[in-house]
Amino acid sequence: MPSVQPHHIFTLDPFPQALTLKHQLHQARSRSRSAMSSDDQEIARLQEERKKLDQQLASLSSLTYDTDLYGGSDRDAYVTSIPVTEDDDAPDALDSEVARKLASYTAPKSILKEMPRSAGEDDGDLGLKKSQRIIDREDDYRRRRLNRVISPDRHDAFAAGDKTPDVSVRTYADIMREEALKREKEDTLRAIAKKKKEEEEAAKAGGGEKEKEKEKEKEGPAAQKRRNRWDQSQDDGGAGAAAVKKAKTGSDWDLPDSTPGIGRWDATPTPGRIGDATPSVGRRNRWDETPTPGRVVDSDATPGAATPGATPAGMTWDATPKLPGMATPTPKKQRSRWDETPATMGSATPMAGATPAAAFTPGVTPLGGVDLATPTPGAINLRGPITPEQYNLLRWEKDIEERNRPLTDEELDAMFPQEGYKILEPPASYVPIRTPARKILATPTPIGTPLYAIPEETRGQQFDVPKEVPGGLPFMKPEDYQYFGSLLNEENEEELSPEEQKERKIMKLLLKVKNGTPPQRKTALRQLTDKAREFGAGPLFNRILPLLMQPTLEDQERHLLVKVIDRVLYKLDELVRPFVHKILVVIEPLLIDEDYYARVEGREIISNLSKAAGLATMIAAMRPDIDNIDEYVRNTTARAFSVVASALGIPALLPFLKAVCQSKKSWQARHTGIKIVQQIAILIGCAVLPHLKSLVEIIEHGLNDENQKVRTITALSLAALAEAAAPYGIESFDSVLKPLWKGIRSHRGKVLAAFLKAIGFIIPLMDALYASYYTKEVMVILIREFQSPDEEMKKIVLKVVKQCVSTEGVEPDYIRNDILPDFFRNFWIRRMALDRRNYKQLVETTVEIANKVGVADIVGRVVEDLKDESEPYRRMVMETIEKVVANLGASDIDSRLEELLIDGILYAFQEQTSDDANVMLNGFGAVVNSLGQRVKPYLPQICGTIKWRLNNKSAKVRQQAADLISRIAVVMKQCQEEQLMGHLGVVLYEYLGEEYPEVLGSILGALKAIVNVIGMTKMTPPIKDLLPRLTPILKNRHEKVQENCIDLVGRIADRGAEFVPAKEWMRICFELLDMLKAHKKGIRRATVNTFGYIAKAIGPQDVLATLLNNLKVQERQNRVCTTVAIAIVAETCLPFTVLPALMNEYRVPELNVQNGVLKSMSFLFEYIGEMGKDYIYAVTPLLEDALMDRDLVHRQTAASAVKHMALGVAGLGCEDALIHLLNYVWPNIFETSPHVINAVMEAIEGMRVALGPALVLNYCLQGLFHPARKVREVYWKIYNSLYIGSQDALVAAYPILDDEQNNIYSRPELAMFV
Amino acid sequence: MQASDRFNINSQLEHLQAKYVGTGHADLNRFEWAVNIQRDSYASYIGHYPILAYFAIAENESIARERYNFMQKMLLPCGLPPEREDD
Repeated sequence: MPSVQPHHIFTLDPFPQALTLKHQLHQARSRSRSAMSSDDQEIARLQEERKKLDQQLASLSSLTYDTDLYGGSDRDAYVTSIPVTEDDDAPDALDSEVARKLASYTAPKSILKEMPRSAGEDDGDLGLKKSQRIIDREDDYRRRRLNRVISPDRHDAFAAGDKTPDVSVRTYADIMREEALKREKEDTLRAIAKKKKEEEEAAKAGGGEKEKEKEKEKEGPAAQKRRNRWDQSQDDGGAGAAAVKKAKTGSDWDLPDSTPGIGRWDATPTPGRIGDATPSVGRRNRWDETPTPGRVVDSDATPGAATPGATPAGMTWDATPKLPGMATPTPKKQRSRWDETPATMGSATPMAGATPAAAFTPGVTPLGGVDLATPTPGAINLRGPITPEQYNLLRWEKDIEERNRPLTDEELDAMFPQEGYKILEPPASYVPIRTPARKILATPTPIGTPLYAIPEETRGQQFDVPKEVPGGLPFMKPEDYQYFGSLLNEENEEELSPEEQKERKIMKLLLKVKNGTPPQRKTALRQLTDKAREFGAGPLFNRILPLLMQPTLEDQERHLLVKVIDRVLYKLDELVRPFVHKILVVIEPLLIDEDYYARVEGREIISNLSKAAGLATMIAAMRPDIDNIDEYVRNTTARAFSVVASALGIPALLPFLKAVCQSKKSWQARHTGIKIVQQIAILIGCAVLPHLKSLVEIIEHGLNDENQKVRTITALSLAALAEAAAPYGIESFDSVLKPLWKGIRSHRGKVLAAFLKAIGFIIPLMDALYASYYTKEVMVILIREFQSPDEEMKKIVLKVVKQCVSTEGVEPDYIRNDILPDFFRNFWIRRMALDRRNYKQLVETTVEIANKVGVADIVGRVVEDLKDESEPYRRMVMETIEKVVANLGASDIDSRLEELLIDGILYAFQEQTSDDANVMLNGFGAVVNSLGQRVKPYLPQICGTIKWRLNNKSAKVRQQAADLISRIAVVMKQCQEEQLMGHLGVVLYEYLGEEYPEVLGSILGALKAIVNVIGMTKMTPPIKDLLPRLTPILKNRHEKVQENCIDLVGRIADRGAEFVPAKEWMRICFELLDMLKAHKKGIRRATVNTFGYIAKAIGPQDVLATLLNNLKVQERQNRVCTTVAIAIVAETCLPFTVLPALMNEYRVPELNVQNGVLKSMSFLFEYIGEMGKDYIYAVTPLLEDALMDRDLVHRQTAASAVKHMALGVAGLGCEDALIHLLNYVWPNIFETSPHVINAVMEAIEGMRVALGPALVLNYCLQGLFHPARKVREVYWKIYNSLYIGSQDALVAAYPILDDEQNNIYSRPELAMFV
Repeated sequence: MQASDRFNINSQLEHLQAKYVGTGHADLNRFEWAVNIQRDSYASYIGHYPILAYFAIAENESIARERYNFMQKMLLPCGLPPEREDD
């Protein structure tokens, strides 16, 4: 820093703009000001020092501020959600993306992935608003949910009874067959791929000529395949083609008659094309695919509608709701890639009908409608779920078409001059093109470019505003049109069939739930719930479920729709059975959602679903998914099954699980079965204990399974079970110990990791003796695996070591000699600090080891590393030392180690470049505090560092230094370094001109810590200098500054008020008034307390005057705080000093003031408790008046004052006054405003306590059987609260009832007399 | 009642009260109330040992007998319910 005087700076540069300059100026100014104060010499010396330090100022520039004190970003350390999955549950699935995001120092993957998309995003929000859509935060794995298909309804065996199921209904057997076929298909495909690969390799090995031949051969089937997609001629094609075809068309296999389907392009019957040239049968290409009634060729193709009985394959067409009225000849067709998506457009829109889909879109021109022969991109989009990119495409397309729409007559009139032109009649032969297919091509061909004309303003013109939704329905987003589009057709409701009306009603309600305002949503939800059975399960779910598969769904929308399902489930009960699978398809993805609440919601729904549908239906619905070829499906199904188990009880599910886990048909089934057990353990925790033995028995054979994945998951499941059962249940694991043991010796890689994990979780359950033995056995292998390069293995090894070491029977000596050397050599390396999960696990494990072997061993090994050159590594060392020392204290640390430690810590502290998580600060604080008095010799050095850093250029460094002072102040006091503290106090005082609020807050905090330990008298600078300097800082709006400042001021007011003149305190009182409305509760509380202290110090009169004046302000928050402050003053200075002035203020004829007075009185009587008995007679007239006031709030506040009063004086002989007040309170019992009635009821409760229930009962009796129901209701309410409060005491007070003819109502016992 | 009132503490209060046996409501008739009173009374007699002892002396019965009698009386303390007039 240049040693210029402030004047020089002004002359040199009147407008210093650089922040650093400003900062220097500020410091210089504060310095010059403080020079005027008493400690001139001291300060001059300090300045000298600082100059010196400034010169050697190092480049420690970027420190992060102390978030701990201010924002509490400590929360980062919390687990924000309970993981559904175990961290390392991932060998075969779901590598936790979230966890990995934290690991690296680069941008999180999610952001990187997001970037390309956000470029094409809606430009409306300019990238400022984060996307709300679920799909945007999902990873690829989770996005696989969209690949699932909402399967058609299933047969409900319960409802059908003994009847043979209808052919058209899908039964369990059908589905199982389909699944088997799918699997077979997958296998075949794999076999083909394998064979091809082999062939290729063989070809490479073989000669060139041969290769050509092969290629020709390959070309054949490929071409065939392509053709297949367009025309379904199945007759031709070689054997090779047939194989490919089989694989391709899997879903059609089980069609009873294997009807050759027609491609989707055949769907449009165009009547206008009768006159088409008849194409030859042999040459069918996709251009002539439009089947027209006149075409002979097509007559052999059976349209789907003609074979309704055919078992629908798992195709999207069938998944969609079928509107009876709109049943269109949806062609039964081969599965082509166009249909792969779980589209729902299907029959929701009349496809072949006259109404083109475009009617649903707000645009005028049909967007390349669905019924076009030529597939335009837009047409395809409308079919499937639309990705965001496609939406944009669609929007642009719409926009362009809007501009290129045909010109109307008016527009043409405006464009051309009135004269010189003649409007010709169209020639008689002209027929407008009606085929939509060609129309789209015909329209946007303007002849020549029209010149620009100033457009006429038309008021009715709609620009981009979507068509008004009729009937008060909420706004529709573009993506909603495909679901709710038909609501826009303003048809006459009466003309619709009842079924259609019902559909329409459901759609309306759903739209309201999805997009409506909260009240709309509420009523719609209630209607849906109430009428659920009336609507029926089918129509409801056929509407709701597709919405949930909408790719652009947002969290909020999903939550609402899921809520609808939940409510509806309750009502429908057993009617949901045919839809169980559909519901599962959309709900299961919730179970693996990132969002904790989504997971909980998913669980709740599945749990309710299983209660509604019953176990048998649930199993029937989910069984086929257990060995689904898609890992995603199996994973989610396993999770869903675990929820079913927890809902219906594990015993009910055990037989099924047993069967699945022993499935011989497929390893997938076994894998999923075992995974279910794992999920059960994770989900229900220690509640597995009663079933532990059977669960272990069910899965134990999996350890020897032939499939590696099954072995792995078995071990992981055992680990989960052991973790859930800890510390009980070792006997259940007896049978698996041996295979596990053999396993860890024979396996390698992932399997070994899983086995080790299982053992790691089982060992803590054992008795000490066995645990020690097994630990030693397994340790050999663990130590071998210490060197493993595999990250997953590393984590597991660390975890297992932690588990083993913490077990009771493991001796410290053994750990010290056998584990520590290898452990430190392999794990305490820089690389471990780079990965967040490794870092955490290593610290945890080391702390656990330290708990066994003591501080000295561990700290001694790592202390040198505090001077390591890698900062993350130093931080890891520091965190470990902090935790170890905080756990175990520092008594084991000898003087040599102590020296090394302090040296290392100082080094690490000074060399840090960033400390986001406060690791260094916490570590420093923890070590100093645990060393206690032993730190004394190092304190000068530490303080030197602190002082040096307090003067650093970087705000974060300064802040951290100040924070450190507040951490170590107590220890400094212990070491009797009061002089040093005084010195620090002066230094801090000088920095009160600090301009960064975060730093200023920390400086104030440090001052507070020093004042706290050395007391008011010894404080330097003296309080009389310090406090005036604080008064202006109270104006600072920053919360951290406010909080620390008010704390410090309050402290001084409490302990050292006499050092400051009363006038200064009054000034502070005025400043404090503003802080009464601070946002943070802590600040408001501190302010109110400070008022109390100040009032005590300078007497209540002046303070009270200020406060009473404040009651006149408009702001409610402010008034409320003032009333609290008045009550506090009354409490600290005794009520008689305050009450007269307060009651006098009630005479001011102003609502706010009077209410404020009443409110203060309410608080006052609450605070003073039984002291109130001396004042009750004095305030009674005032309360009488308030209780008779017209203003509700008067009565309410007075009632709550009466309550506090009554509770305070209960049993102190003030009954006469209380009864008098009760007589004023009682007429208010018929108030309806919630706050008033609440206050009145509470006042009566208070009276019950103070006057006894018998008296209040007597008030009650008059109305219990009043002829007016409204009266009775209120009186019974009072009676009930009376009864609940003092049931027993009422026995003596009940009225005497006379017997009636058959009934004895009298209580003769009470008349007994001895 | 406004929509917002429907879920506040006051409306819940009645629901909460209804959970306790012995509380009443606007449609309670004389008989039902009397039954509650009688049962509460017997429960109170049994619960306070000195009162029980007092009754035992007054009736010249053992305390246990008194307790038994009171418990029995709690079954139908006022006899059978009267016929409803309205149906």
